[in-house]
Amino acid sequence: MKYVIIGNSAAGAGAVEGIRQVDKNGEITVITNEAHHTYSRPLISYLLMGKASEDKMKYRPDSFYKDNNCNLLYGTVTKIDAETKQAALADGSRVPYDRLLVATGSSAFIPPFEGLDALEDKFIFMGLDDARKLDAALCPDKRVLIVGAGLIGLKCAEGILNRAQRITVIDLAPGILSSILDDDGAKYVQSHLESKGIEFILSRSISRLEENTAVLDGGETVGFDILILAVGVRPNTSLLNGIAGIDRGIVINERSETSAPGIYAAGDCTQSTDISSGLSRPMALLPNAYIQGECAGINMAGGDKTFDKAIPMNAAGFCGLHVITAGNYTGDVYAENKDGSYKRLFYKSNALNGYILIGNVEKAGIYTSLIRERTALDTIDFELVCRKPSLMAFTKEDRIIKLGSEST
Amino acid sequence: MKRIYVNEKWCLGCHLCEYYCAFSDMDETDMARALKDIKINPKIKIEEEGDVSFAVSCRHCREPLCVKGCITGALSINDGVITIDKERCVSCYTCILCCPFGAVSPSLDGAVQKCELCVQTTSGTPACVRGCPNGAIVFEERG
Repeated sequence: MKYVIIGNSAAGAGAVEGIRQVDKNGEITVITNEAHHTYSRPLISYLLMGKASEDKMKYRPDSFYKDNNCNLLYGTVTKIDAETKQAALADGSRVPYDRLLVATGSSAFIPPFEGLDALEDKFIFMGLDDARKLDAALCPDKRVLIVGAGLIGLKCAEGILNRAQRITVIDLAPGILSSILDDDGAKYVQSHLESKGIEFILSRSISRLEENTAVLDGGETVGFDILILAVGVRPNTSLLNGIAGIDRGIVINERSETSAPGIYAAGDCTQSTDISSGLSRPMALLPNAYIQGECAGINMAGGDKTFDKAIPMNAAGFCGLHVITAGNYTGDVYAENKDGSYKRLFYKSNALNGYILIGNVEKAGIYTSLIRERTALDTIDFELVCRKPSLMAFTKEDRIIKLGSEST
Repeated sequence: MKRIYVNEKWCLGCHLCEYYCAFSDMDETDMARALKDIKINPKIKIEEEGDVSFAVSCRHCREPLCVKGCITGALSINDGVITIDKERCVSCYTCILCCPFGAVSPSLDGAVQKCELCVQTTSGTPACVRGCPNGAIVFEERG
């Protein structure tokens, strides 16, 4: 059996480990267009901060490919030939497969700003090569303008906090982290980041870019030396155009299968069902990528694995302030602001749909599991679990199972 | 594989397991002196409400969501024991987001902490199990 995995990040590594759980001998080829050992993309902000080195960024040990008996091939796949079951590379070579995994990730969306093409010092913040370029350009007397106050933009801002004269973040939305925070939570995190020296310009857009100057929609200007574009990402789906079903991402089922036989997909290039809302959507986050990749690998090798519990979820720290969120924010709200922390729980139809924790995030996973397992809230002490996430909120019978038997 | 199991029926809520856990990490010989006047941050923690109490620590799941979700590879499975490489952890807390038992917690040393069954510090029986005066925490093989 020949396995080909396109992509060398979390989903790709997960697939290697998934395949090897079932098939110790099949031939695995991992193809990557980055000339690096598998590394953790979210660590690029820690790299700029000095909290991680390139060596420590490795997602798996140096011996990973050898240990798993797989080939790592540096190259860019330009086309999938589903008829002959081959991946065609930019150098003209072709790699045959029996089972294929597309784990191509996502790319930065580049907004069509007038004047952008003419700018020299513009950057994106997606991968190690992007971080290296930015690292080389940073200088304590340079002003940085980050376009986009989402996770990527703000982790970037944190990473370079002490390495620029000034950091300004601009976003169209009225609040920061608009994909994971509600209005009040956004204000909470924003004021923390402002206290660390990051400036925000919100509800505003850039109408054009000139050398060292962004002209905003109202006509005012913001000066900068370095421009970082972090307005969002797009799933890399093009390899499966005309081959498998694609919506916003490559559509996969709970076995990580695409609509094309023998072709699987996992990670940021995909979309799948968010069980907190029932909607199919891209959920570009590392835990889901790994689990989808591992699930794909097991199934590619003839095993039987399903992952039908994907939800959007994020954990991130911003200058010492921790934020953990999951699910969607519809339904009734439990709100608590206590001891400098912020908590919101969202519930509807006897189930927890989502939550936001800022500051004190201890035991957040108990909330995550209530969402993931669609736990009926009338079977637990919901009042208690709202106040503090705890196993005590479950029935005695459930506690005995959770703490007295081997956990799967 | 042997794991830690707790039986709330026998838990006295004395918190000794927490103290033994905290002490097991220290390079000290006298527990009372070592823990005097310090706020401990143990890896096993008592939950208590009314007259019910029990200890919670890592379950060492067969399919651990903390390991699968770990963004750095700091958490891994070694002979069934879920261990953390503190050098690689950046305290992003994705494991805290993922663990359904609330058994991974922040620590002050720049990495998260979790029960590793005392594989680093003692041989044989974990400190909390040895320290429990009422047999409410056991270390054994169960199906």
